[in-house]
Amino acid sequence: MDFWANLQKDFYQSFVEGDRWLSYLKGLGVTIKLTLGALVIGLVLGILVAVVRSLHDQMDDRRKNVFLNILNAICKLYTTVIRGTPMMVQLLIMYFVIFAGTRNQEGVAILAFGINSGAYVSEIVRSGIMSIDKGQMEAGRSLGFNYIQTMWYIIIPQALKNILPALVNELIALVKETSIVTVIGLVDLTKAAILIQSKTYQAFMPFIAIALVYLAIVMLLTSLLGKLERRLRNSDR
Amino acid sequence: MTDNNVLIKVHDLKKYYKGEEIKALDGIDLEIYSGEVVVIIGPSGSGKSTFLRSLNLLEVPTSGEIYLDGINIADKSVNINRHRQKMGMVFQHFNLFPHKTIIENMTLAPQKLLKLSKNEAEERAMGLLTKVGLADRAEAYPSQLSGGQKQRIAIVRALCMMPEVMLFDEPTSALDPEMVGEVLDLMRTLAKEGMTMAVVTHEMGFAREVANRIIFMDGGKIVEQGTPEEIFEHPKSPRLKDFLSKVL
Repeated sequence: MDFWANLQKDFYQSFVEGDRWLSYLKGLGVTIKLTLGALVIGLVLGILVAVVRSLHDQMDDRRKNVFLNILNAICKLYTTVIRGTPMMVQLLIMYFVIFAGTRNQEGVAILAFGINSGAYVSEIVRSGIMSIDKGQMEAGRSLGFNYIQTMWYIIIPQALKNILPALVNELIALVKETSIVTVIGLVDLTKAAILIQSKTYQAFMPFIAIALVYLAIVMLLTSLLGKLERRLRNSDR
Repeated sequence: MTDNNVLIKVHDLKKYYKGEEIKALDGIDLEIYSGEVVVIIGPSGSGKSTFLRSLNLLEVPTSGEIYLDGINIADKSVNINRHRQKMGMVFQHFNLFPHKTIIENMTLAPQKLLKLSKNEAEERAMGLLTKVGLADRAEAYPSQLSGGQKQRIAIVRALCMMPEVMLFDEPTSALDPEMVGEVLDLMRTLAKEGMTMAVVTHEMGFAREVANRIIFMDGGKIVEQGTPEEIFEHPKSPRLKDFLSKVL
């Protein structure tokens, strides 16, 4: 009896009292916003970097130029630095050093997560591009498409299909990793739970609850991936 | 034939790998006339595929000139993409785009590069599909087609760009034997219609029947060339004689 009564009190304090459930909801909103923003930036950056690096690798030596070499070196440096340092450190540097003056925590966080994700996405996309038979590039080029057009119309759609599971993996990692924005004081889902725990001194309910929310998001993404994959496999029948 | 009829002129084309260690092409001179069917034969490693692929610069030559309509397309300053539109290419492994339907395979380049409307491009594609008897497969994906069908689609996909010349890189080598005929038939029809063609093939029967001129390559060089009769009935060089004794 005591146990159930305690649980009820715990639940009441953690969610109902002072409309605390709203804080979770707001936090969840921030988490989703960060994830989606970072996803878009990460994909764009990742594809760009992957195309530059593939172009550099596939280009005949005779046709290489200085501009491409420099661009390729920048891309390599970018992936090395981003993958070689912890996400939290990058976030701290972005917020407290590079954008030291700003109060726009969300903007900085989205940018930091996007830049981080882009480095990983670029390697995933690059592996996808390399997985496509080189005859596809030759067929595209022989029709008169330039390199970028062939990439865009022919190689990347096929590559994306192949790397979809890896990309969703990256997205799942991203959802969970956004929880470290607490270090720059942004109230996301995790921070909302921490704040409530610090008021009610009840740890069980808030933290189990947000764990379940993260889990639900990831499971939702996984099932969406399954559906998408089945649709994309249409052409493989 | 007069000089006006020269569609492609190749001068002293060389392709070296690893410095000068491997000479895939060792000074090729050739003219291809408008409406002519040139068949290139030779043992494997003779450079015949490399030569064909260098005609539209899929292989970038080490040195030499390739003139198409009088323009040296091997020159780095030339926009090769514009000129590739005039040269259709058919590959050994078809290289259809697996994520696109047959009709999308055929209309992609005409729409994006020739700026045809979707309707115009589809009309053109359907006309060609009807001609090759595959109109009912327009909405299929490449994976649903047989090898022979795929290669015929690859040919008409190239034709959708209305090229001046068609390059065939061993178009029947990856096919099951019973499907070789349908592809060769289509190529024969094209030749009769006056399409300029350069064909690398091991199909000696096709070469003898359809070619205006046969080029025999070995060691990155053109060893002998002539009419089918000259090549098959009266070969001069010992290497050609040796080659023919093995393949015929």
